[in-house]
Amino acid sequence: MQIDIFLQSIVTLANAAFLTIALTVPSLVIGFVISVPLAFMRASDSRYLSSAILAYTYVVRGTPLLVQLFLIYYGLGQIDVIRHSPLWVLLRDPFWCALLAFSLNSAAYTTELFRGAIQAVPRGLVEAAEAVGMSRLQQARLITFPIAFRAALPSYTNEVIGLLKASSLASTVTLLEITGVARRLVSETFAPYEIFLAAGVIYLALTYLVTSVFRLLERHLAGAEPKVARETAMLSLRRISP
Amino acid sequence: MNGFAIQFLHGLCMTVLVAAISGVLGTAVGLAGAASKLSAYRIPMWLAEVYTTVIRGVPELLVILLIYFGGTAAITFAIGRYVEISALSAGVIALTVIFGAYSTEIFRGAILSIPRGQWEAASSIGLKSWQIWLLVILPQMVRVALPAFCNLWISLLKDTALISVVGLTDIMRVAFVGAGSMRAPLTFYLAASALYLLLTSVSLLAFRRLEQYIAVPGQLR
Repeated sequence: MQIDIFLQSIVTLANAAFLTIALTVPSLVIGFVISVPLAFMRASDSRYLSSAILAYTYVVRGTPLLVQLFLIYYGLGQIDVIRHSPLWVLLRDPFWCALLAFSLNSAAYTTELFRGAIQAVPRGLVEAAEAVGMSRLQQARLITFPIAFRAALPSYTNEVIGLLKASSLASTVTLLEITGVARRLVSETFAPYEIFLAAGVIYLALTYLVTSVFRLLERHLAGAEPKVARETAMLSLRRISP
Repeated sequence: MNGFAIQFLHGLCMTVLVAAISGVLGTAVGLAGAASKLSAYRIPMWLAEVYTTVIRGVPELLVILLIYFGGTAAITFAIGRYVEISALSAGVIALTVIFGAYSTEIFRGAILSIPRGQWEAASSIGLKSWQIWLLVILPQMVRVALPAFCNLWISLLKDTALISVVGLTDIMRVAFVGAGSMRAPLTFYLAASALYLLLTSVSLLAFRRLEQYIAVPGQLR
């Protein structure tokens, strides 16, 4: 263990963290945006709609992200229609492929997470919203989603950390994010302990950052609602998902 | 594609083998971890806390790479000439370490959910400490831990794909080699997805049956 290699690689890898973040944050945002309507469809009473969304989440959650990434990066090129479409400029670039794979993956996990929370919103609150004459959209926007989001926040934090860690797979499609740079440095210097440990330290710092930010957000949102509503929401969520 | 069917079968066996070995070893690590987290002694508690925090905050791929390349460096240093650690053993060690960290948390939570009275009742009828664990706590803990354990097992199955990065010939590796040599990546990766989906679906069904089997009749979980 040479301490100078360790310190040097921390600096180099900290620069690579920007690419990790540039992959993780947009994927999370896209995944979130897709997952909210999907979660409402998945939680809806229509069985066809619900099972169509289930098919998507089941397949994505049942296969490794690495397969999905390779399917998009290597596989899409096999389809002629895609190769001749203008989208090919984006899809032959590993960055956009990784972004697409991570977004679709994150959307599936987040959909199921929000679905659980939406179904756990106390029936009475939804009925009350209906009784005062809110439209379906208003109910979802003003009542169901805010309550469900707060209840799902701790699990969503786990999803954020999961995707941050999953972004290390981008190194397998030649992207030089933290793990990619670490692998290259190891092959140049053959000092695996120092460099991989340095990469681990940076990932730990990032996960710590995510956890603290979301803990603040949780505390912030917890103060913004009546205590009774939160407790009933949490209680019923606990009853559905153990 | 024809010649690759048998290769895929070998890959499937390898994936199941790696997952099963690391699942069993990881469960043992997890039980030990949960016991030390709940122990009255400061040092084991603290060590287990560091272990789970670090492993759960670091990508699985990085753990695999560290153990593969680090293990090679360690053996090379010990023997004096270049010897590579096999991808299989590096992968099993890495996945055991990862599975152990996550299952520690699951088992800890499940053990904490068992009412204090159970411990007191067990010790008042004169059971020894190890008897309390083996006969009273573990059987009840399993019921609580099973749903989360099923999720963990499924993510272990999926994580085995990462070992292909260091050269283990599992489903993923077969697909990668086949995709390259036949120039048909879409076909091969779809086949790999189907195999993984098969494994996760079978696991899901098996765990559901097990849950029904060990459920206490008439008791809502």
